[in-house]
Amino acid sequence: MNTRAGRVALAIVPVGFIGYFFVYPVTRILILSIADGFGDVLTSASTRSVLWFTLWQAAASTLLTFVVAMPLTAVLSHFSFRGRSLVRALVTVPFVLPTVVVGSAFVALGLSNSIWGILAAHVFFNVAVVVRTVGGVWSRLDRGVVEAARSLGASPLIAFLRTTLPILGPSIAAALSIVFLFTFTSFGVVLILGGLTYRTIEVEIYQKATTFLDLGAAGALAILQLVGVVAILWAYGRYQRTRSVGLELAPEDRVLRPARSTTERVTLWSVVGGTLALLATPLLVLVTRSFRGGLGGWAFLTNPGRLAITPGEAITNSLVFALVGAVIATIVGLIAASLISRGSTVVASTFDMVLMLPLGTSAVTIGFGFLVALDEPVDLRGSVLLVPLAHALVAVPFVVRSTLPTLRAIRADLREAAAVLGASPRQVFRHVDLAIVARAAMVGAGFAAAVSLGEFGATSFIVRPNSVTIPTLIFRLLGRPGAVTFTAAMALSVILMLLTTALILSIDRLRAGELGEF
Amino acid sequence: MRTTALILAVGMLLAACGDTTEVQDTTTTNATSVTTTGDPATTVVDLPETLTIISHDSFAGGVTDETFATFTDETGIEVEVLPAGDAGSMTNQAILTRDNPVADVLFGIDDSFLSRAFDADIFVPYASPLLDDVPERLQIDDEQRVTPIDFGDVCINYDVSAYADTAPPLNIEQLAQPEYASDLVVESPATSSPGLAFLLATIATFGEDGWKDYWTALVDNGVNIVSDWDTAYYQEFSHWGGDDPLVVSYASSPPAEVIFADPPVDEAPTGVVDETCYRQIEFAGILAGSEHTEAAGLLIDFMLGPTFQETIPLTWFVFPANETVTLPQEFIDHTVIPASPISLEPGLVEDNRERWIEEWSELVLGS
Repeated sequence: MNTRAGRVALAIVPVGFIGYFFVYPVTRILILSIADGFGDVLTSASTRSVLWFTLWQAAASTLLTFVVAMPLTAVLSHFSFRGRSLVRALVTVPFVLPTVVVGSAFVALGLSNSIWGILAAHVFFNVAVVVRTVGGVWSRLDRGVVEAARSLGASPLIAFLRTTLPILGPSIAAALSIVFLFTFTSFGVVLILGGLTYRTIEVEIYQKATTFLDLGAAGALAILQLVGVVAILWAYGRYQRTRSVGLELAPEDRVLRPARSTTERVTLWSVVGGTLALLATPLLVLVTRSFRGGLGGWAFLTNPGRLAITPGEAITNSLVFALVGAVIATIVGLIAASLISRGSTVVASTFDMVLMLPLGTSAVTIGFGFLVALDEPVDLRGSVLLVPLAHALVAVPFVVRSTLPTLRAIRADLREAAAVLGASPRQVFRHVDLAIVARAAMVGAGFAAAVSLGEFGATSFIVRPNSVTIPTLIFRLLGRPGAVTFTAAMALSVILMLLTTALILSIDRLRAGELGEF
Repeated sequence: MRTTALILAVGMLLAACGDTTEVQDTTTTNATSVTTTGDPATTVVDLPETLTIISHDSFAGGVTDETFATFTDETGIEVEVLPAGDAGSMTNQAILTRDNPVADVLFGIDDSFLSRAFDADIFVPYASPLLDDVPERLQIDDEQRVTPIDFGDVCINYDVSAYADTAPPLNIEQLAQPEYASDLVVESPATSSPGLAFLLATIATFGEDGWKDYWTALVDNGVNIVSDWDTAYYQEFSHWGGDDPLVVSYASSPPAEVIFADPPVDEAPTGVVDETCYRQIEFAGILAGSEHTEAAGLLIDFMLGPTFQETIPLTWFVFPANETVTLPQEFIDHTVIPASPISLEPGLVEDNRERWIEEWSELVLGS
């Protein structure tokens, strides 16, 4: 009884957060926009072709991402080598970079107005999802099972198909559904690389809402997209649950071993080298372009002259928002994960899914939703707090995913023992859950900060005080004429890249020996 | 000194509103109260501590502590600027919040979005006394719900070095001729504001019956279409290392090339084809739900006044609406303000934009 009341009290934090900053604004804007009627948008031929394109490009992108990411995942899950954590960090950097920045690099590679450009960029951004989600399980998979199968006469292929694959299956399915989710709702990449030839639902929503000021159509499309997202997340949730059942994982350092034979070494380094080369090419474009015409762009960052742009301020803003956003996301995410870990009921998994929804909701919908809903009782619309709050909204799922496996692994009897000894639910949370999950929570916080650093979705649709972040400043510099401002935008992208790499590297240091779904 | 200026300013406002207008006493707290002896009655105007402008990102990006410093010195009112995405996004945000606006003044709406804003009735009319210094052709709203602040022209720019031996095109028609085959890069009107301006220029030139034939000819002539301005300009334009010596850009691009040149140059490396220029006017309007409409009028006056207008060219690379203001030398030397720019009726654009873009996409992109 007491515990139950305590849990309900704890639940107020995440439920209130997601309710007030997501469910309520999105509901308000959707009701408002479809008040005038959908029009014929849902039945029009153009919507059908947009929906078809959205689905097949997401499927193709997901498949390609899998093909590119699996060899790297395999070698990272077998071999220990110098620079392994650096490689893991480097493949993660693209995932948190803003699409406006990377889109222009793909254009420079001659991939604009082509489906191949879109697919390549989607692979670039999402390789990390597969490497980290699947690699997280594979690199801790006790090899005893495989060896047993081999000693019973199974060939390496049969051993893999019969033992490794069934265990990895759910995590592969989970990774693929996340990649599908991200590419299904892709915006910046498709807008920049697709022109208007290729449009996803998300691009169409943006187009209707901002170019044609047709909110009815935008609202109808937003609902259509939301239905798709719920379906994807439902599938994801299923795999997520099967995965967490009865998995015995070994510490990474017991599983990994150095590459011994020449074949192994060649395989290892050609896979690592090949994948990194693929991922690094667009990033190198940014670096070389930041030096085009000398050091002018870099000098501009320190002395922006008469233009009202202070890159120093933008960097400070970004760091402050990342910190505040990460703190909010960690508090909310940790409490949410703790509640989800204890209820295996429909309620817990539904709540888990609702927390993931902001990742798949169009930025225009969230931004406009804030605008119509957050004026009472306190007018938050012009408040500077809205920026880290919006960042936290998309960062909470990362905290939940980072901490949930550890929390699920806490044996129930520890909590019961504490409760029997007289601990209140809050004390149980503090001394049992929090103590054990602290490291995983730090990892989650780090991810939240990285996501916040690169966030350029909802924030660009929030009316906000003039507090420029690094991505918004890059975008503004790109839209200005002049040689120096262009190279300065590239230089700022390089700074963002370096900040993100440093952050991911420190997360991975913490992670050693930890479980994590991402 | 400050008070004198304030009384003057309020006096000007009263004069502008006409003799019979009584300025309402608002119930704002924390407001400075100023008594002025207007004619015929004594009125009290409450000035707020802060006025808020909602604008597009590119305006907000140019605002510094200096931008409104003179205004704050004269009136004691601080000015805050809220960036709200691009012009379309900003307009929709203002419409969505019309019952409880986030700002007092909206700035940066261009003629193509005006009729939508008028339909939603988001502005209160205001006639600035400074409109006398603004050319008639910029004052396109008879009801004075919005005040023109600046204008910019979207024009074909050419790479001077690429036309050392041959002549650059003179007008839009010539772009489809064989001597300019594969020379032109344009932005998609679906994703880019200069791209849309160029499409509108072709519609204004060839009419509803002729523009599709023209675009078919452009496509046959090898026009290169990209999604946004910076791709067109920095990657495809030959001055920046691309293959196309003609690009849809701005009338202010050549002066920008000179101002930002490193090392400095005397002559602009690019030029403007002035008969291809399509004009976009940017307006400011007082939002109907604002509690400080009188003070907002003072802010509009300030934005039309010389102090603010002089900063416009070098900060936002557009042209000041106030014609008494002197342009920077680079703008005089390296570009043109076309005498008769191309334009379309704002209502016409609003009614047809979506259809035009869709028809264009079908024709040119084949989707």
